[in-house]
Amino acid sequence: MVPFGGWDMPVQYAGLKAEHDAVRNSAGMFDVSHMGEFRATGPGALAFLQGVTTNDVSKLRPGRAHYNWLPGEAGGLIDDIYIYMVAPNEYLLVVNAGNIDKDWAHLQKHLAGHDLTLTNESDQWALLAVQGPKTLELLQPFSDTDLAAKKKNAYFAAKLFGFDVMLARTGYTGEDGFEVFVGASEAETLWDKLLEAGIAPAGLGARDTLRLEAGFPLYGHEFSDTIHPLSSSYGWVVKDKEHLGRAHITAAPQQKLIGLKLERVPVREGYPVYADGVQVGTVTSGSSSPTLGHPIAMALVDAAHAESDSFEVEVRGKRHPATRMALPFYRGA
Amino acid sequence: MNTPSELKYAASHEWLSPDGTVGISDFAQDQLGDVVYVELPEVGREVTAGDTIAVVESVKTASDIYAPASGTITAVNEDLNGSPEKVNESPYENGWLFKMDVTEASADLMDAEKYAETAE
Repeated sequence: MVPFGGWDMPVQYAGLKAEHDAVRNSAGMFDVSHMGEFRATGPGALAFLQGVTTNDVSKLRPGRAHYNWLPGEAGGLIDDIYIYMVAPNEYLLVVNAGNIDKDWAHLQKHLAGHDLTLTNESDQWALLAVQGPKTLELLQPFSDTDLAAKKKNAYFAAKLFGFDVMLARTGYTGEDGFEVFVGASEAETLWDKLLEAGIAPAGLGARDTLRLEAGFPLYGHEFSDTIHPLSSSYGWVVKDKEHLGRAHITAAPQQKLIGLKLERVPVREGYPVYADGVQVGTVTSGSSSPTLGHPIAMALVDAAHAESDSFEVEVRGKRHPATRMALPFYRGA
Repeated sequence: MNTPSELKYAASHEWLSPDGTVGISDFAQDQLGDVVYVELPEVGREVTAGDTIAVVESVKTASDIYAPASGTITAVNEDLNGSPEKVNESPYENGWLFKMDVTEASADLMDAEKYAETAE
């Protein structure tokens, strides 16, 4: 167990690679209850959210969710989040565990003049992410909702093993799956039911290798208060609207987030990246890829080198060749 | 947990055999998980007990390996370059890391019984 955002979290259960493979080939589940949940309710909820995010919240309909950003007033991101539209004038924001207090303070600061109530429900909800190509067939027998009919980013109330839960067809692994919001007191029983249904428990280690293969940025690595979020290829998250920090977000980024492949030596966060003998960037996330069988990494490099194909990464004082690889490294079926 | 009684163990989980072979313990390989890369020292290098002389990397993390004795590196396990998983499969035999000509073993090495107590 390791401390993570104030929670004790298992890094692995059966072993990182076995858990990773279970999610790629069958189904696995992560306890991500440490994530934060804020509810915004009231006639001013939409206008408020439009002003503090970059994606167009007005495009959401009840029962739909989207990925969104909280831009900083001075550049960078406060957080990257998911917004679920529950009903007219009611939205649920799911935020990163390590950013709950910071996000809360930031949103509070900008509430003035908006007619809504913002509540922090982080302690009330457990969140279990069930992910993998067999998720649907393993869950369907235990729900009376037609799960296959629910599209990506759908958000809906359902019964699962008799529990009243909220389900979202979302995830962070590059596979199909559902995230299950359940009352914190019911989570342990539900976890056991999911285990019995044949879903493999997976830890934070596998969650990280899966999201890295899928090319998903992770706050604190690829995003931060200072990294320009458009260094990544997630420009679609910024829509044409007025919002906080707009001028910073529309400025051209000086760096680009690229994918790298290495022959054998794994590279880790913070390792320097070179091109033509000069340091041009830094690894933001790196690991051996269980699916691909070789090391992969994401790195922030000077924009001028973003199209180069050949780099070197310094590992313990020695430089190793690295080849640019298109993101995502892995695309699910 | 398997801890052969003929070996000496460091608190940092390396083992040293009477003939100067060094590897990591069954406990260590289990904690690390799937080993994907091993960086070995150069043959002929002179080391002091406690020096960082190798790195074992699992999917998730890189772990330094410390010399359990002072002396000279005489051989390294080249098989690990192509098959690092041998460290998991056979930590005391095929998964050995390197051999040394030992001049003096670290005074802090433990026997199997004591190591097994600390590594639980």
